[in-house]
Amino acid sequence: MPEANSEPIVALRDVHQSFGDVEVLKGVSFGVAKGGVVCIIGPSGSGKSTLLRCINGLVPIKSGSIRVADFEVHNLRTDQEKIALRKEVSMVFQQYNLFPHKTALENVMMAPIYVLKEDPKEVRERAIALLTKVGLAAKQDTYPGELSGGQQQRVAIARSLAMRPEVMLFDEVTAALDPETVKEVLNTIRELAREGMTCILVTHEMRFARELADEVLFTDGGTIVESGRPAELFDHPRKDRTRAFLSQIL
Amino acid sequence: MNDFHVAQTSGVLPVLLPLAERMTRAALRERAMGSPTLRLDSSHGVALVVAFLCGCGITQAQSQAADPSIFTTLWKWTPLLARGFVFNLAISFMAMAIGTIAGLFLGFAQISLLPPVKKGAFFATHFFRNAPWLVLLFYCMFLLPFQVTVLGVTIPIPDWTKATLGLALPVMANVSEIVRGAIQSIPTTQWEAATSLAFNRRQTLWMIIFPQCIKRMLPPWMNLYAILTMATVLASIVGVNEMMTLTQRALSAESRPGLLLAFYSYVLLWFFLYCYPIARWTVRLEARYAVNQ
Repeated sequence: MPEANSEPIVALRDVHQSFGDVEVLKGVSFGVAKGGVVCIIGPSGSGKSTLLRCINGLVPIKSGSIRVADFEVHNLRTDQEKIALRKEVSMVFQQYNLFPHKTALENVMMAPIYVLKEDPKEVRERAIALLTKVGLAAKQDTYPGELSGGQQQRVAIARSLAMRPEVMLFDEVTAALDPETVKEVLNTIRELAREGMTCILVTHEMRFARELADEVLFTDGGTIVESGRPAELFDHPRKDRTRAFLSQIL
Repeated sequence: MNDFHVAQTSGVLPVLLPLAERMTRAALRERAMGSPTLRLDSSHGVALVVAFLCGCGITQAQSQAADPSIFTTLWKWTPLLARGFVFNLAISFMAMAIGTIAGLFLGFAQISLLPPVKKGAFFATHFFRNAPWLVLLFYCMFLLPFQVTVLGVTIPIPDWTKATLGLALPVMANVSEIVRGAIQSIPTTQWEAATSLAFNRRQTLWMIIFPQCIKRMLPPWMNLYAILTMATVLASIVGVNEMMTLTQRALSAESRPGLLLAFYSYVLLWFFLYCYPIARWTVRLEARYAVNQ
């Protein structure tokens, strides 16, 4: 649950969502404090990715409410409103989804130049600084096809950061990587979290979740089965379902 | 593709499987390209040369002592036929240019979010794509006036212009399908990534999706051009002075029935020499881009 004294920057209340007849989210509520790190774990098909997509308005919700900073996400109707929201909430995907026809640097620079309409020179400096931060300054003129998975994912993180978002959403960002490169991506995220970025991660990296998260949510079948501080949830799960899941994973 | 393949071939005699697999692959490729592909290879060229030489031999055997040799006759008419061929190429260039520009608009209209625009574009695309080229050609020839009067000035519309427009219509429809197919072949995750970075639809389409489409569109587009070039001889039926028409004239001027086979395989050879490099290059590009993706 959010810190007692601060207004949560992301707040979901009783969110329902379905694709056709299949109900994927059956009343999800949680909040994230500014600067907080929330990890969402759970079996595949439990609606974790959908949940993230709802938060930045990629997927409309059936009922309930989602608030991010000053945006009532469930009430956003026009494209302009949704675009304004997405400047605050940035998302990193499992499959990186870099733009293959642009170099790493151009990938990072595009959105600030064309969406935020910022000065290209200034954006360029910031983009180079971001690539340096994720350890890829030397690769700025390389096309995504020539980068390894871990490098692509770090470029994707830099690309999201270039929008100067308030909240970052990570959708299983290490799931498609080989074990060795997982570390370099996790280090990048760790650094971000320590700098005070509000992060919501869907992840299968339990060690990482335990180390970094302020709160862990265990979802199954479209609901939050259990939530709590990582130490409590991992070591003393209260629900049988959580226990069963963790015993399979750990 | 595997599932598709299995579903397509289960319950079939095993001996047919290799063929079925090849045909499935070809069908999938053609569907992705939006048009049937031209699979010319050098053996076609060899066959053509053989046919040409046979034709020449037959003519030579039938000719009387006073007749000049078949090669002399062909050579005599070659400048005229070449002029006709250049006209074929001119028609193909213009029809391709007009068809491509119109097809780009139509293709984008096909993915419009406005239902009437989308449906209208879909209808136009499939109407012109499935109509026989010759029928479209006749429509243009006979529905367009032979001259228009604008502000007292009479501008004639020559037959070849109408023929060009008639050929541009199916090109437009095919380009429209190529554009739509290419745009829809870009993974939706690219749209998702662009959307999450706050790009609007138009920016996403122009800056992110369409630039990635060009590579995919090039092979089918070139393929379409080769098909169009071969179709330009249809204009002879409506009386345009292109290579085919001129060949007929040459034949009637010579009035030696035996020349038919030699002359027509000579014309075929010209078209083959022009289309073969395009077809090969298309295959090469296709293979290269397939590896890159």
